[in-house]
Amino acid sequence: MRKHSVKSAAIVGATLLVVAACGSNKEEGGTAGGSCDTSKGTLTVGVVAPLSGNLSALGIGIKQSAELAVDEANQKCTVKGYKLTVSAQDDEANPAKGAQAATKLSTDPNVVGVVGTLNSSVAQTVQPILRDKKIPQVSPANTNPTLTRGNDFLTAPKRQFDNYFRVCATDDLQGPYAANYLVEKAGKKKIAIITDGKTYGAGLAAELTKQVTKKGGQIVGQETVGEKDTDFSGVIAKVKGLAPEAVYYGGEYPAAGPLSKQMASAGLNVPLMGGDGIFDPKFIELGGKEGDLATSVGAPTESLATAKAFVDAYKKKFGKEDYAAYGAFSYDSTNAIIGALAKTVDGGAWDESKRDAMLTNVGSYSGSGATGEIKFDQYGDSTNKVLTVYSVTSGKWKDVQTGEFTG
Amino acid sequence: MSVLLQQLANGVIQGALIALIALGYTMVYGIIQLINFAHGEVFMVASYGGLATFTLLPDDLKKSPAVALPLMFVGGIVVAVVVAVIMERFAYRPLRNAPRLAPLITALGVSVFLQEAVRVWYPDATSNLPYPKVFPEGGLSFGSVNIAWTGVLLVALSVGLSIILQAYINKSRMGRAMRATAQDPDTAKLMGVNPDRVIVLTFIFGAVLAGVAGVMFGGYLSNINIDMGFQNGIFAFTAAVLGGVGSIRGAVIGAFIIGLIKTLAGQYMPGGTQYDYVWIFVVLILVLVFRPQGLFGEPERVRA
Repeated sequence: MRKHSVKSAAIVGATLLVVAACGSNKEEGGTAGGSCDTSKGTLTVGVVAPLSGNLSALGIGIKQSAELAVDEANQKCTVKGYKLTVSAQDDEANPAKGAQAATKLSTDPNVVGVVGTLNSSVAQTVQPILRDKKIPQVSPANTNPTLTRGNDFLTAPKRQFDNYFRVCATDDLQGPYAANYLVEKAGKKKIAIITDGKTYGAGLAAELTKQVTKKGGQIVGQETVGEKDTDFSGVIAKVKGLAPEAVYYGGEYPAAGPLSKQMASAGLNVPLMGGDGIFDPKFIELGGKEGDLATSVGAPTESLATAKAFVDAYKKKFGKEDYAAYGAFSYDSTNAIIGALAKTVDGGAWDESKRDAMLTNVGSYSGSGATGEIKFDQYGDSTNKVLTVYSVTSGKWKDVQTGEFTG
Repeated sequence: MSVLLQQLANGVIQGALIALIALGYTMVYGIIQLINFAHGEVFMVASYGGLATFTLLPDDLKKSPAVALPLMFVGGIVVAVVVAVIMERFAYRPLRNAPRLAPLITALGVSVFLQEAVRVWYPDATSNLPYPKVFPEGGLSFGSVNIAWTGVLLVALSVGLSIILQAYINKSRMGRAMRATAQDPDTAKLMGVNPDRVIVLTFIFGAVLAGVAGVMFGGYLSNINIDMGFQNGIFAFTAAVLGGVGSIRGAVIGAFIIGLIKTLAGQYMPGGTQYDYVWIFVVLILVLVFRPQGLFGEPERVRA
């Protein structure tokens, strides 16, 4: 009996160890700058993104692009007297985990700013934690408009968090931009909507709905699927009965890919369209079919002259072009934090009393980044409002239309 | 009308998948009164086992479904059985005489362990993995009602295997030993039944069915992820409770009921697909209020 309890204790212990190992934080610093003066110590740029789980392809792109920006700053001695390093925290695309990551970063006096998050739902829990410590947060990827302008973002916008900024366009532009493309360019008047019910997907679909109706299209039905659902046959049969000409999915690629594939095998042969959350090669690998559409923020990275330097440097450092949808945005976000830090420190020493000045400097930052001009408006939103429509063509995402939403 | 038929077909296919998993829950509960929460993960591991088998095949065999598909089933089943036997031997057998709560917590631990183990050690398992296209494509279509061949195969396997299982338990010598152990393990032991063998065999049967379900799941939905075990496990567990834990027939019928409720409630009930899970549990609660032992379960006898 005694032997048995020892044995089971060992099993429980081993289980806990594995779980603990999975939850441990991955910290990686940038390489040391060549000949810069780093006598005053090390300052940290935090990253909060999903480094594991279904969305890790996007999260790792964000993390590595931030590392690239930090490396370059170290080499160029951008911040006098300090060496910069990246502390990347995994939020697993989970708001509760995001809060833990933010708390961990916010208790470190040497964290000067945070790049992230990927998910709007995670940003909601991270924002207040970082605000209490006056730590600037620059998101490369949150597109939900309420994060900067509150619930009445169209009629009565009000700045929500004075520490929060983002470098990408928002869903109140992305949704309508997609609607215009669907109704006017592609001629799809009857559209069915499926969302995963999360902050990002539901918000995006709501913005699209308004514009579709305004342009004379019709929303024939609205359905919700569970985030972890795998069998969509019930939803698809229901939508199919409504005879839509296109399906709009508010959510991310891990569900969107299989959904598109199951639509085709159920005989619903209409294009599936989504937002930046499905704009990833993984979408096609998981079943995204020819003719499926996505909008994403900014102009196509490959086509921008300003992005070429980023892409080349990324490839040189990591050997692959896996910066994913938000790599260039993450690179720009990190550079905004570094640029503001250089101005704040300005040859002096960093301490926590400089956090107010740091926030002001991020707000007034302006620079030419990989995705274009980087500047923030009075709400913390990017002034760069360019969006692009992509279509799956011969098994790859190909850009079909780039521009700004004009109504 | 055609929408109703389509939803009925979808519900039956979902039910068939849940049934294959639910049988594992109900058999293990019938023998040792353990809710084996890790059983959903056995199903998940089997799916990855089938995928790994395909990945390891030489290239020319990958192209011939007639060879690759059976090998994937074998691979999935072998992985499921090995995991289940190890699980029984090292996690549950030492706790055989412990209070009931101990093996229950252990089962939860094993479940987390298996999920994390696959996530950490299976290449790229952190995100959805596409399943190989060796399954028959296309399907039956009646007007606008489409039923994929993989769905037909899933239903056939599910119904066929549960009939075989039921017959085996009712007719064979080993089946009689299983029923005897379920009724009274101590007396069964006195009559010469080796309870350890019976229990291992129960776990193996459950694992074989979960193995078939795991590989079919990949074929039917064309991709797999590490969360699939948890979600389908919950449905299967609910099906087993609905049908009456311990009853083979109950588990299968419970599973089909759940599949049909999910698709029909999503179509016709207020709230639509957003609330389809709610109706499953509403029905479960109603059944348990009026028949606490489940649809086909026997009222629990108090053991001397």
